[in-house]
This record gives sequence, C-alpha cells and structure tokens, in this order.
Amino acid sequence: MKSKGRILFEIFITFLKIGAFTFGGGYAMIAVFQHETVERKKWITDDDILEIVAIAESTPGPIAINAATFIGYRVGGFAGAFFGTLGVVLPSFIIIFAISFVLRQFQELQAVRYAFFGIRAGVLALLVKALWTMYKKAPHHIVSYIIMAAAFAVSAFTDIHALYIIAGCAVTGLVYSIIAERRAKNGVS
Amino acid sequence: MAFLELFLTFLKIGAFTFGGGYAMLPLIQEEVAAHGWLSQEALINFVAVSESTPGPFAINMATYIGAEVGGAQGTLSAFVGALCATAGVVLPSFVIILIVAKCYEKFKENRVVKGAMAGLKPAVVGLIGAAVLGVAANVFAPVGPTFAIFTELSFYISLIIFIICLVLVFKKLHPVAVICIAAAIGIACGYIFEVGG
Repeated sequence: MKSKGRILFEIFITFLKIGAFTFGGGYAMIAVFQHETVERKKWITDDDILEIVAIAESTPGPIAINAATFIGYRVGGFAGAFFGTLGVVLPSFIIIFAISFVLRQFQELQAVRYAFFGIRAGVLALLVKALWTMYKKAPHHIVSYIIMAAAFAVSAFTDIHALYIIAGCAVTGLVYSIIAERRAKNGVS
Repeated sequence: MAFLELFLTFLKIGAFTFGGGYAMLPLIQEEVAAHGWLSQEALINFVAVSESTPGPFAINMATYIGAEVGGAQGTLSAFVGALCATAGVVLPSFVIILIVAKCYEKFKENRVVKGAMAGLKPAVVGLIGAAVLGVAANVFAPVGPTFAIFTELSFYISLIIFIICLVLVFKKLHPVAVICIAAAIGIACGYIFEVGG
C-alpha cells in the first residue's frame, strides 16, 4: 500500500504531464486522461472514463478541469481532487503567463502584424469547424433547431447577456422534456 | 477592485459554460467587450496562440486576459490578475464536480439535469454561431459592415486565406499547421501588397 503523500504526488505529476502535453483541450484531453489513468496507472476503468465524459458534458466548466477533479477525487479524495486540478492547470498558467509578455513585446512588429492578419482568417476557419462539430453532436429535432436559431438570433442581434440565453434555453429544454415524457406516458405518439 | 472583478467575471464564465472549449468564447467575448479589457482583434489573435500552446482553452484564455488586465501596472499585478482570473474559471467546476462525485448515481438519473441538457446543447450551438459571426465581421469588415469593404484588397486576401484554411481544417490538418499556413500567407501578402498591417 502506497502512502497517501506518495499517491498525491503521483496524481499531481501525472496531471501536470497531461496539462503540459495536450494541445487543443476538451475531448482531445479525454483521450490522454484515458491513456494515463486507465492504461498506465490503472487508477480507474474505461467505464469510469465514459462516466466522466457524461458528467463533464452536463456540468459547467472546462472538460479537462471536470475530468481532473473527478479522477483526482476517485483516487485520492479531496486532496487528490485538489492536486489533480492544480496539476492540469499549472502548465497552461505558466506558459501563457510567459507568452503574454512575449506577445506584448512583439505585437508591434510589422511582420507579426501581417502574420496575425492572416491568422485571424485561419482562426475563423477553426471556429467554423468547431461550430460544425458541435452542431452534429446536438440533438436533431424541431425543438432543438428552434432553440439553436433563437439563441443565435438573440445573441447576435440584441444586447441580452449570454447568461440569460443559457438559462432560458435550459428551462425550455426542461419544459420540453417534461411534455415529451407526459405524452409518452399517455400513449400519444 | 480590478482583481476582484476579474475573479468574479471568470467565476461567472466558469459556472455558466457547458461543453468546454469554444463554448466559452461567446461569454468571454461579451465580458471582455463589456469591461473593455481587450480589443476583439487581440482576442481572436489569442485564440490562435491558445490553439498552439498546450492546455485547455478556458484556462489559457483566463490566464491571458488576467495577465493583460493586470499587466498595465507591472509584472506582479499581471501575475495577480492571471491568478484571479484562472482561479475564478476553475473554481465552479471544481466545487460542482466534488459534489457530483459524492452522489453520482443520483445525478446520473436526475430528470432535471437531463431535461436542462436537452436545451443547453442546441443553445451552445446558437451562441457559438453568433460568436463566429462576430469574428467573421472583425476579419472581413474591421471598419464596419459597409459596401466599401468590397473595394478593399485586404477583404479578398482574408477571404482567400479563410477558404484555404477551411478546406485544410475539414481535411483534418492539425490546427497548429493551419495557423502556421495562415501566418505565412499573411506575411507574404503583407509585404507584397502592403495590406493587413
């Protein structure tokens, strides 16, 4: 039996590695979590990973943080959750903090300005792809399309804060699923 | 007070974005504009930096905005700013997951959670759609949506770069490679046609 301190240290180092070497975040990170914590460390099982994805999708916040906190808690309780989350955040924090200084120094250079002019058009392409991926993952029925269109229109063309849109859509989804359930119970198809 | 505002704003962002990754962009865009923390251009530039560095998008974004906001008063306050924003964006996830991990079985079958998710998934698509529209406006019409943009050479160069990158992205080229190609075309066109500076 390993000592508690040793396990916490291992959690921290493993998650530090995941934070430092995974590009893109989100689901790209789930694959790395699976490799490190299921295949290498054998802390959790593949079923746990599926659970984590389901939880991460239905709770707020970055998927990587959700996964790190959940796995850390399973392996080492509250302290495990703390060191797991700290480990996955720390590399980003240090790297980006350093880069923010470099960016400030270089962003006035003509070549850098030209580069970012091109990059912004490239970023738009990346975002369109991300939008397409999320569209494919969303439910495809009429109510879902209406929510999509309404959220888009309200966000794009009014000053209403995104928080209210998110809350409104959650309530709409809830009401819709209650109605759908009642209908199914009453045998109306 | 700027630090408290950073912390609270990112706490809000962390507590209300579902799905991770770019799902956070619409809220960040809105908050950054409301507080005047960064220009829309600087925000889009940083999306590229975030794609090219390791770590979750949300953490990168929070650390960067915190460092930029605090950075005006020196290195120490840049650090404190980055710390406040990052702690804010992480905290809601951390607390909620701890609670869920303790009573997972109940959470999994919860009808309220399931029902709300049926509305949240399409909502995120709509919100990101609006965010993408905002980015597109900044890329193609930085001075505002007038017909004058069609006479600007920079509009056509942006359009060509966008189409090339879109094809490459859907052909599953790595995002960092796409960004490098976009940067190379940007530099070349910049020096040849003197646009985009």
